[in-house]
Amino acid sequence: MAQPKRLPFDHDAPIALAKYYRFQWEPAQDCHVLLYPEGMVKLPGSAGEIMKRVDGSRSLDAIVAELQAAFPGAPDLRADVVDFLEVAHGNGWIREQAR
Amino acid sequence: METAGSANKPGNPLWLLAEVTYKCPLHCVFCYNPVDYTRYGPELDTQAWLRVLREGRELGATQLGFSGGEPLMRDDLEEMVTEARRLGYYSNLITSGIGLTEKRIAAFKEGGLDHIQLSFQDSTREMNDFLSSTKTFDLKKRTAELIQKYDYPMVLNVVLHRHNIDHTQQILEMAQQLGAEYVELANTQYYAWAFENRDQLLPSRDQLMRAEEVTNRFRERVGNAMKVYFVVPDYHATRPKACMNGWGSLFVTVTADGVVLPCHEARMLPGLTFPNVRDHPLRWIWYDSPGFNAYRGDGWMQEPCRSCPDKVKDFGGCRCQAFMLTGDATNADPVCELSPHHHLVTEAVERADRPALPAGVKPIVFRDDRNSRALSAASEPATPVT
Repeated sequence: MAQPKRLPFDHDAPIALAKYYRFQWEPAQDCHVLLYPEGMVKLPGSAGEIMKRVDGSRSLDAIVAELQAAFPGAPDLRADVVDFLEVAHGNGWIREQAR
Repeated sequence: METAGSANKPGNPLWLLAEVTYKCPLHCVFCYNPVDYTRYGPELDTQAWLRVLREGRELGATQLGFSGGEPLMRDDLEEMVTEARRLGYYSNLITSGIGLTEKRIAAFKEGGLDHIQLSFQDSTREMNDFLSSTKTFDLKKRTAELIQKYDYPMVLNVVLHRHNIDHTQQILEMAQQLGAEYVELANTQYYAWAFENRDQLLPSRDQLMRAEEVTNRFRERVGNAMKVYFVVPDYHATRPKACMNGWGSLFVTVTADGVVLPCHEARMLPGLTFPNVRDHPLRWIWYDSPGFNAYRGDGWMQEPCRSCPDKVKDFGGCRCQAFMLTGDATNADPVCELSPHHHLVTEAVERADRPALPAGVKPIVFRDDRNSRALSAASEPATPVT
């Protein structure tokens, strides 16, 4: 099982969107997006499914567990989720929720 | 972001700029509002604006800017902000902060306004006042505190020109004192009022170089505590900006009186009729109106743009600048060194390099109703050629 490598938060720490970011479904783009001052990132497919669960209450563990339950046929998703969250954190989209 | 749609199939707009009023308590000499704003019709009412917001959202716009004039001059801005959030926009208020009371910012927060960009209350008069006057600083400080209290990022925009660019150090220190997280040092772009005042406002190359040095030293000192963006004036560049990321590609402006434009300045272009939201749905205006299709794609281009490999990157630069400087909007933007008209830009820069302004330079013109009426009277009638 892949461990969070460069993620600066624990596997059981709730993760939130960074300040000033908003996540929503965007009909015109037919995908989820992140909105921030003067910009937008498209999060199609699995990226949107992961980010949908980054809401300040769920941890990495919880997100992985939910996704495995939502997509029962999928292989172990943990490594993919960690990879995506690393990218998201590197881009400043997410942060650890203050507890 | 997206690339420009082709002439046949434009993409949807992502940015809607709502210039909700031309009224403004300031008189900035570099204002990009049309110099003849006093001759345009009445402002759209609240219901019309709410409809514009809905139609923009249905088209797929996600970013919304409330601008002007000074958007706080509209007492229905709270209602627009609330509707914008309900519709799912990421909304930005672009303001001088004049008129931003605690009651209003609390209502904006409650309504779901996402972002505020505080622009410097600058005209040459006000700039001097600002740099020397405690009173003005205190006003700005209180506004900055309100912005922070209501948990907005502190984003400051300062327009630079010949008369204030030598104060870049003081401006940056002032921004730091105000707790700014982001500062945009935007060199004046020479349109509208700024174009009227161009010879007064264009900095010399030395001034520009010193300001960039000051900015770089400041960045090294403060690190990530404050992000400073230095926007170089395009007159000092050798290739044109990708204006609006392409005509009718991502960006749509609705002006105070309801005219819809592909950029803030396009109203000046002759031979084009830009429709009004009072008469047409925004969808038709974006996809089908002749004005929005005029400079999509590259079929309109002349040489050297037509055969230039960079045309997919810079779209030939700015149509309005091409028109203002050469009289023909289909020419290459003369900022480009490949343009046969490039000398028009380099000559202006050379004039700016002289230590003193030459005799006979027009006195500076402040943006106010009186000057706007005078400039309206002096220009051609606004009758569009169809």
